[in-house]
Amino acid sequence: MSELQKSSSGVPPRFSEEAMRQVGVIFQRYPAERRESAVMPVLHLAQREFGGWLSQEALDYVAEVVGMPPMRVYEVATFYTMYNLKPVGKYHVQVCTNISCWLCASDEIVRALQSRLQLSFGESSQDGRFTLSEVECLGACVNAPMMQINDDYHENLTPAKVSEIIDQLP
Amino acid sequence: MTKIVYKHIHLENSHTLAVYKSVGGYQALEKALTLSGDDIIDEVKRSGIRGRGGAGFPAGLKWSFIPKDDRAKYLVCNADEGEPGTCKDRDIMRYVPHQLIEGMVIAGYAVRAERGYIYIRGEFYREAERLQAAIDEAYAAGYLGNNVMGRGVRFDLAVHRGGGAYVCGEETGLIESLEGKKGQPRLKPPFPANIGLYGGPTVINNVETLTSVPDIILNGGAWYSALGVEKSSGTKVFAVSGHVNKPGNYEVELGIPLKVLLEEYAGGVRGGWDNLKGVIPGGASSPVFTKAVCETVTMDYDAIAKAGSMLGSGAVIVLDRSVCIVRAIARLSRFYRHESCGQCSPCREGTGWLSQIMQRIEQGKGVRGDIDLLLSVASNIQGKTICALGDAAAMPVAGAIRAFREEFEYHIEHGRCMVA
Ligand SMILES: Cc1cc2nc3c(=O)[nH]c(=O)nc-3n(C[C@H](O)[C@H](O)[C@H](O)COP(=O)(O)O)c2cc1C
Ligand code: SF4
Ligand code: FES
Repeated sequence: MSELQKSSSGVPPRFSEEAMRQVGVIFQRYPAERRESAVMPVLHLAQREFGGWLSQEALDYVAEVVGMPPMRVYEVATFYTMYNLKPVGKYHVQVCTNISCWLCASDEIVRALQSRLQLSFGESSQDGRFTLSEVECLGACVNAPMMQINDDYHENLTPAKVSEIIDQLP
Repeated sequence: MTKIVYKHIHLENSHTLAVYKSVGGYQALEKALTLSGDDIIDEVKRSGIRGRGGAGFPAGLKWSFIPKDDRAKYLVCNADEGEPGTCKDRDIMRYVPHQLIEGMVIAGYAVRAERGYIYIRGEFYREAERLQAAIDEAYAAGYLGNNVMGRGVRFDLAVHRGGGAYVCGEETGLIESLEGKKGQPRLKPPFPANIGLYGGPTVINNVETLTSVPDIILNGGAWYSALGVEKSSGTKVFAVSGHVNKPGNYEVELGIPLKVLLEEYAGGVRGGWDNLKGVIPGGASSPVFTKAVCETVTMDYDAIAKAGSMLGSGAVIVLDRSVCIVRAIARLSRFYRHESCGQCSPCREGTGWLSQIMQRIEQGKGVRGDIDLLLSVASNIQGKTICALGDAAAMPVAGAIRAFREEFEYHIEHGRCMVA
């Protein structure tokens, strides 16, 4: 699959002992003969463990852990937008531009982010700190406009608040 | 006004078991376990509650379709909340997760499902954490597991996070996804009630539907059906977003006039009622209402359908007079094009066309005949696809042309917007 990118580190991805324990917990959620159901949660886990994205090696490793043909794992990983198939910044800034956010001036939030980060949509900063993405409705529409940075939502945004949030990131 | 799913969300630490129990939590489950599964289903039928995820199918009837054979059965909670404008389930999950869990154990017991899943959209990471913490508490307290409340009933429950695909909110796309595949919807029939998750009989309900169950069991179906209006009983959360002074999630009885919802609950339309242009009443896929309709329409399934739209997920999106309707719909068309899973050609091609034509009209490059073209593309999608995403893409376009045709014409003729 052309979308897949190889890791450049040369180090084969392996789960830590703690991550392996979490894999065990994931497996228990599904009937024993339905192990493939674990592929999405294990991909989510792999993405967290391996620096925020999934290289082809990481996908192969997930296939091995879950016990699925690699091709099936590629299919899943390419279908869902949350699996990043190329490296992303330490902070993945995702701004919603769908209807409720747009009505509440998400255009201004987009402009504020683009000028503050000096990035267009889909770009990452040279220093690896930021990736900026445009996303569809994130289900926080009554608190529009909003954005997500990694696991957290930031809602009721104004351009000033956006700057403040970006400044306060460690 | 009576509240059900949101009645405890303002309590401090409402998400904890201790607080939930202090307001009567899990008493409905205790009562349910003394009843038969069929009694529970009858009670839910009597309540008249219709599914709160979009299609409005009567929940009790859906449960009664589960065959009484010896295959393993499943209960799935649809927490994908992906329809633009919709954000009501999130507050249930983060503030009263135990009420959802209690509803699920009761539903699982009623249909003899021993396993349940909550399929939550992947971006709701914090909400998934909340749910997991509540599930852990419920296991420790014996409300989940292989001997629920010591009554020998088994119910296991797990959270499953999605991966950012709107189509996985469609029930069979969701099932595929839960099975570890691409979330491509299945042809129906067979319906999930017969062949669902892992091939077993499966009930799928929305978060808000399941969270209403404890009160129905505790107070009775008749009590519930007295709320709201005929054929639209009970309460509903409306997520009011866009151009109102107090956007928010408001739980009210079905049948409330839209004008009252906007003026008395949501703080009024920005700039006053006369500044209203229109309202999308039930999520992005529902056809837009003009202000004239908003003056009188009431928020119940039948009244909204009669006025030409859908109650859908209850996402009320308010547009004031500054809004270019062409631009608004073009944004939605882009969304549906992006989210089409590509399985059926009327949807894959049609959503592409709709988006492209809307885009060019918006950019002032529309040509005469584009309106008819949009309508014909829309009608070529509707009713001709595997899942309702195709319809969801077509309806807002056709609806906006019906309601605001002169704006589309102006845009095409003058190459720019009528309002700005
Ligand atoms: C494209 C599409 C997206 C959907 N998204 C959701 C969703 O996010 N949440 C939901 O509860 N139902 C959604 N539905 C409706 C489900 O297919 C299904 O009707 C619902 O989960 C049934 O539960 P209910 O009867 O309790 O409403 C969607 C349907 C379609 C066609
Ligand atoms: S209607 Fe669209 S989203 Fe639904 S199955 Fe067909 S192609 Fe996929
Ligand atoms: S439209 Fe932006 S969160 Fe829903």
